[in-house]
Order: sequence, then structure tokens, then C-alpha cells
Amino acid sequence: MTVTAQPAVGKEAPPGAPAPTPRRRTGRVRRNVLPYLLLLPALLLELLVHLVPMVIGIVMSFKELTQFYIRDWGAAPWAAFDNYTVSVDFDAPIGKALLHSFFVTCAFTVLSVGLCWLLGTTAAVYMQENFRGRGFLRAVFLVPYALPVYAAVITWAFMFQRDNGLVNHVLHDQLGLTDSPSFWLIGDNSFVALLVVSVWKGWPFAFLIVMAGLQNIPRELYEAASIDGAGMLQQLRRITLPSLRPVNQVLVLVLFLWTFNDFNTPYVLFGRAAPEAADLISIHIYQSSFVTWNFGAGSAMSVLLLLFLLVVTGVYLVLTSRGRRAADA
Amino acid sequence: MTAPRSPMAAPRSFVWSRRIFLTLLTGFVLLPVYVMLSSSLKPLEDVSGEFRWIPSGLTIRPYIDIWSTVPLAKYFVNSLIVAGAATVLSVAIAIFAAYGVSRYRFRGKRLFTVTVLSTQMFPGILFLLPLFLIYVNIGDATGIALFGSRLGLILTYLTFSLPFSIWMLIGYFESVPRDLDEAAMVDGCGPLGALFRVVVPAAVPGIVAVAVYAFMTAWGEVLFASVMTNDTTRTLAVGLQGYATQNDVYWNQVMAASLVVSVPVVAGFLLLQRYLVAGLTAGAVK
Repeated sequence: MTVTAQPAVGKEAPPGAPAPTPRRRTGRVRRNVLPYLLLLPALLLELLVHLVPMVIGIVMSFKELTQFYIRDWGAAPWAAFDNYTVSVDFDAPIGKALLHSFFVTCAFTVLSVGLCWLLGTTAAVYMQENFRGRGFLRAVFLVPYALPVYAAVITWAFMFQRDNGLVNHVLHDQLGLTDSPSFWLIGDNSFVALLVVSVWKGWPFAFLIVMAGLQNIPRELYEAASIDGAGMLQQLRRITLPSLRPVNQVLVLVLFLWTFNDFNTPYVLFGRAAPEAADLISIHIYQSSFVTWNFGAGSAMSVLLLLFLLVVTGVYLVLTSRGRRAADA
Repeated sequence: MTAPRSPMAAPRSFVWSRRIFLTLLTGFVLLPVYVMLSSSLKPLEDVSGEFRWIPSGLTIRPYIDIWSTVPLAKYFVNSLIVAGAATVLSVAIAIFAAYGVSRYRFRGKRLFTVTVLSTQMFPGILFLLPLFLIYVNIGDATGIALFGSRLGLILTYLTFSLPFSIWMLIGYFESVPRDLDEAAMVDGCGPLGALFRVVVPAAVPGIVAVAVYAFMTAWGEVLFASVMTNDTTRTLAVGLQGYATQNDVYWNQVMAASLVVSVPVVAGFLLLQRYLVAGLTAGAVK
């Protein structure tokens, strides 16, 4: 933490951008005031739901905030950096669990984003040309995206049940691949289960975005390449993938942020406490805050998570914009 | 592969690999849908025992029981109110903000758009803890029950629906030619007149897309709903867990309820698919 906000004493929210008031009330609003007036409701609400909570969250992370102080969190003892040192003390239980959760989340995110991208891009490329049933398939592929998360994930949880689920029925009873029915929602398998559900739910978004990106590639490029004797694979490598670059840069970033922050999928699949092998960071913070009632530590972890995301996003944007500039040059 | 290839005709091997891939993918996508549908029509003995692809007997009993096992209708209404209000509120506010950003130059414009964009990447858990404490404190200080109330949940939903709506509508409004609203202003409309008589009508598909998307996201939200609701304000996201009792999970009812709560959004989504896809991708592809 380099920027340590001096916490506001008392319950007053820190003043945001001063609301501009027109000096003269002469019927006509001065033109340069108008945009601020248009923005005013949005600004006020952004202040209420984003800015103030963030400031409070940062203040909370410096307090010893347990369930005893929920009613009056201003009175919670000042903890300075204790919450942070506890969170990053990787030899002690709390820090160790956080580090473990961080690595699990990273592995999960990389695999999930990679697979979503791969499935989405392959499907989009295969569906670039028109064929019978294309429109129907497109609608089918959007179903996982449209289904409410909890309804879809509950169904997966049912499929992963040990005794009455479809997965074990197929793997054990029908194919005989396992000696006995496996547990999918506890133990090491839970990572696989989570990954499958996450990819099932996430790939249609990649598909949508890549489909849209493909529409912007001029057909003449393919025709010219075809006349020059380039095969399908070569066209894919030389035209399709390079043209998708800017689209992919945004897509991968968005998928990364969504997957890394995903709470809904593990929560519905596993409940309040995820198995160790699938202990994603957002569930971990939730658990630290609302199950063990250590809000101070939970806030410190949230701030650390935010810093990590900011750094990764910043580095990513710098790298990709540099790459883009180099490609344009 | 004897005919000379034109850019239109794909080689046979390509067509076959496409068939295989798309078939497998369709199977993967529809598997849970099949399980949801078939299990929702099974008697309880069937879903409690070993999984069967074909139900031993069909029954619509689960569709009747879901309404009495848990107060599903109440959760439905709660979800409808919360998701609906969050959608209306964020779209209405976003219309003004997006108009301001797309049509005017002013100091702090970049700061505003960057803030709106970046709050979208923050994890929900970051806002959950402070909002929880703020609500508890406001409740203690003023007696206004935000924590556990629908109003409180609606406000928390603005954390994701507002920035998203603003961001998408800026894109839409920028695609509406400026000449249109400038002409309206020359004809004597004020800026607000131009907004509501020209820009909004021209951007209706975009506004609908944003609204549907905001509604969908709120309808599927789990994190805030699981902390910020109580017995009377519980939404579907949390209520669906009620079919699990200590001894048994009524899986057939869970599946029936899942299907029932999914139908409205999936139908809406598929109907408005074209607008939605255009809207979602506009930002990314630009």
C-alpha cells in the first residue's frame, strides 16, 4: 500500500465532486453546465454504491473488525497493518490458506479462460460459413449464457452427485471407467467439476464475441488468399487469427476478470465453504468475512485482490497496446 | 476433394470435422438442459436412485409441489421486483449520463468514463462487505431498514448494472448521428427534447438490449442476494436452495423450479438475441 487514505473520522462520507450549481437562474441553463446536470444522478449513485463503499472498505481493512463491532464499526480498534500482515504471513494458517486459494484461482482461471477461448473460437470459425441449421445452432449455443446461473449450476450439482448423478452413471455404470462411484463435489475432483461448469457457462460469450469479430474481416482477403492457393488452415493462421487480435485482447481480459472474480458458480456448486481443491478467492474472502466473522481480514484480502487485479490489468493493457502499436507500425 | 476449391465450397474433410465438433459441442451444451427437463418430470424415487436416461414414469407432480415446498411464488415476485427496479433505475439514469458523455465535451469526462469502466472489473465481494456494514449502520441510526429489504438489494444491484448500462449506452448513443439531434435543436427542441424525441427513439434497440441484459444479470445474481435478504425478501437465487431438507433433496422439484425460473429469461434472451448480440459485441469489436 503506497496510497494510504487518511480515514475520515466519524460517519461522514468524504465529499465527492462538488455538485455544480448554475449561478444565474435565468430559465436557460448554461451550455457547459448541462453535461454535469445530465451526469448528476449517475454521479450521486456511483458515489453511493462504489466510491463510498470502497473508501469504507479500505478503512475497514485497517481495523480489527469482528462480529462485536458490526453495529458500530467506527468503534472497532485500529489495527494498522495487522490484517495485511496476517493475510500475507504465508507460514501461518490464514496466510497459507489465502496463498493456496490464490494459486487455485490462478490455475482455474488460466484453464477456464483458455478452454472457453478455444471452444468459442473453434465454434465461431466452423460457423463462419453458412450451412443448414446454423441459425438454430447459434441459438442453442447461447442457452448456457442465458440460463440463470443458479438454475444451471444447480443442475450441474445434481449431475455431479455421487449416487444419483449422471456423471457417475456414465463413467462408472455405463463405461466402467472407474472402480467405484467418485465424489465430484468434495476432494480433488471438485476442481475438475468446477472447471467443467465454468467452461460450459463461459464459452458462449467467447463464441459471441469472436463471431462478431469474424464478420468484420473482409471476404476479399479470403478470396485473394484462396486464389493464391492458401488452404483452409493457412487462411486460418494468416488471416483469421491475426484479424481477431484486437477482439481477442478485449475478450481475454474480460473473461479473465469474470472468471477470476466468479463467486456464483462455486457458491451454488459447493455452498458456503468450497472444498480445498476448488477454494476460489471470492469464496475464500466470503468465508473469512461472513462465516468466521473476521471482516477486517476479509477487507484486507479484498483490497489485496483489487490491487492484484489493477496491476494485472494495467500490465496487460500496456503490453497489448504496445503489441498493437508494433503491429500497426 | 477433386473439384477445384472456390472460397465458398469447403473441402469434405472440413465439413466432417465441423459436423463432429459441432455435434459434440451441442451435446455438451444441452446435456444439463436434458437433465433438467427429464428429471423435472420424474417421480421422487427415480431421482433419488441411480440416474436413468429415460424416466420410469412421467409425472407433472413436481411442477405442482414446487409452489408449496418453498414459497416459490413469493421468491418469484421478489426477484421480479428487485431485478425490474434495478433495471429501470439503472437504464433511466444511464440514459442521461450516456447522453451527456456522448454529446458534450467537459472537464472530467475521461475520469468519469474510466471510473465507470473500471468499477466493472472490481469483484462484487469488494462492495459486499462495506455495503453490508453501511446498511446495518443506517438501519441502527435511522430505523430505515436497508439491510434485508428489497430497496437495499436494488441499490446493491446498481453496483454492477449501472456501470454496465452507462458503458453500453454511450456506445449506442455515439452510433446515433449527431446531425439528428442537432437538427432537432435547430428546430427549437431543448437538449432534453432532442434526447427524448430523437436520440432515445433512434437507440431503442440498444436500450432494450441493455435493459434485457441488466435484467438477466440481476435475475441470476447470487452473492448479494445470499447476504442481503431475509425470509420475506429472499430472491429465487437463494430460495432455490430451500428444496434441500436435512434428509433429502427433492431433485425433481429443484429441476422443475430451475426450469420455471429459467423460462422467462431464456425466452426473452432468445427473442431479443439479435439486439443483444449486437450490443454486447459493439464495445468489444470496436
